[in-house]
Amino acid sequence: MIELQNVTVTRGGQTVLREISLSLKGGEFIGVLGPNGAGKTTLFRTILGLQPVSSGNLRVFGEPARRGNPAIGYMPQTHATLPGGNICGFDVLLNAAQGSHFGLPLASAKLRAQVTAALEEVDGADLARRPLAKLSGGQRQRLLLAAALLGTPKLLLLDEPLISLDPAAQAAMIALISRLQKAHDLTVLFAAHDVNPLLGVMDRVLYLSGGNAALGTVNQVITSTSLSRLYGSEIEVIRAGGRIFVLSDRPDEHHACNHA
Amino acid sequence: MLDYDFMRHAFAAAGIVAVLAGLVGYFLVLRGQAFAGHALSHVGFAGATGAVLLGVSPLAGMLGVTVLGGVLMGALGEKLVQRDIAIGVILTMSLGLGLLFLHFFTAYATAATSLLFGDVLGVDLPTIYALAGLAALTLAVLGFISRPLLFASLNPELAEAKGVNLRALGLVFLGLVGLTTAASAQIVGVLLVFALMVGPAATAQRLTVRIAPGLALAAGLALTEAWSGIALSYFTDWPASFWIASLSGGVYLVSLAI
Repeated sequence: MIELQNVTVTRGGQTVLREISLSLKGGEFIGVLGPNGAGKTTLFRTILGLQPVSSGNLRVFGEPARRGNPAIGYMPQTHATLPGGNICGFDVLLNAAQGSHFGLPLASAKLRAQVTAALEEVDGADLARRPLAKLSGGQRQRLLLAAALLGTPKLLLLDEPLISLDPAAQAAMIALISRLQKAHDLTVLFAAHDVNPLLGVMDRVLYLSGGNAALGTVNQVITSTSLSRLYGSEIEVIRAGGRIFVLSDRPDEHHACNHA
Repeated sequence: MLDYDFMRHAFAAAGIVAVLAGLVGYFLVLRGQAFAGHALSHVGFAGATGAVLLGVSPLAGMLGVTVLGGVLMGALGEKLVQRDIAIGVILTMSLGLGLLFLHFFTAYATAATSLLFGDVLGVDLPTIYALAGLAALTLAVLGFISRPLLFASLNPELAEAKGVNLRALGLVFLGLVGLTTAASAQIVGVLLVFALMVGPAATAQRLTVRIAPGLALAAGLALTEAWSGIALSYFTDWPASFWIASLSGGVYLVSLAI
């Protein structure tokens, strides 16, 4: 479903992804992990066709990546301040559903039904009439997830959906996404800082660091040997109480990967 | 009141401009670019006074400069549009430049006041036709781009991923803001363009969370405030721009309290 062969991506003169090769099957739940700046967002933007590949070959559903592919649902990372804080959830989604075409923002009954259905998928019927500014972090993430589900995509790219959520809201978000993935047989790429919340739901993990990538099961990838090779420095992985701790001798990376 | 030609002209011109400014302003407020719109009107002041100096019509000079300024701001993109200091500097320099042009063209002593604060009672028929044409053009383009513009305003990253060209939209939109600014300045003057473009739209966004009713409300409020301002000016003999600005600000303040 997604094939990368020796893909290199450079941004502003810096190599973000270096000669990465991997293959993702349909229906998989992939946790995309790695420290800040490891290229998680860049990988997503490359799959979306927003970021050109410098060299190598990228195939999405057997075709080159292209912007506006309706088979991909995308949930961007949320910013602290969203514009349009006084617009209600339903209208935000309505515009996400019809915004790729020119014309007046008058929605058909069919489109309204689509938006209502997307809101129901994320248990968000109560978000329809409330303005964005009045939503909690978890509610806002559910609204963005509903926007990603519009147009019945086969692949979901979720960029840090857990960011700024408390543990209970994180667990609810993961349960919701896992349920949607199974119900619609979706392929999910789920970017996160910390591996632990995702341990029960992931099929495989894609770990990015320093331009390199490692893909495999948690037990294959998140080990001292594998991560030390990926980071190019000494990494210690400790398992305790059903949780995984990634310790680095570099304080910045230590902070970034050990958000437990 | 409507027995006089100049009053009928004032109502017609203010009506056209108010609806235009209310609708364009709704998007401007939604995108958080109100200050950029304000700066464009000051750029327009330099354009209008420069045009007078060169013997061209002030409306033409203002139009040329505001549209160019809007497109330039759009081309610079997010970098400039959300930087209030850079915008403030441009605004101040434009106002200074406008003053210099006026200084060279001393014959027009009242020109400055009418450019800065508007002269709705002095609108003639050809100006009304020009404003109607401008409004029709602007609203046609705005209507055409309104779906992707809303998408790009509310969810830029997703819109980009779905194939919306954010930069081109931002550029065209600020061009439209330039046109609207020049039109609004004919009624309330460059210093008070905010009254028609931002006040009603900001009030509408406080009063409804829906987009379509919000747009209708912004246009309706702008129209009501503009016409009430002219009527009040007729009965009190105070300047219409004062009344329009006061109504715009007052209604917004009341909406804050609701």
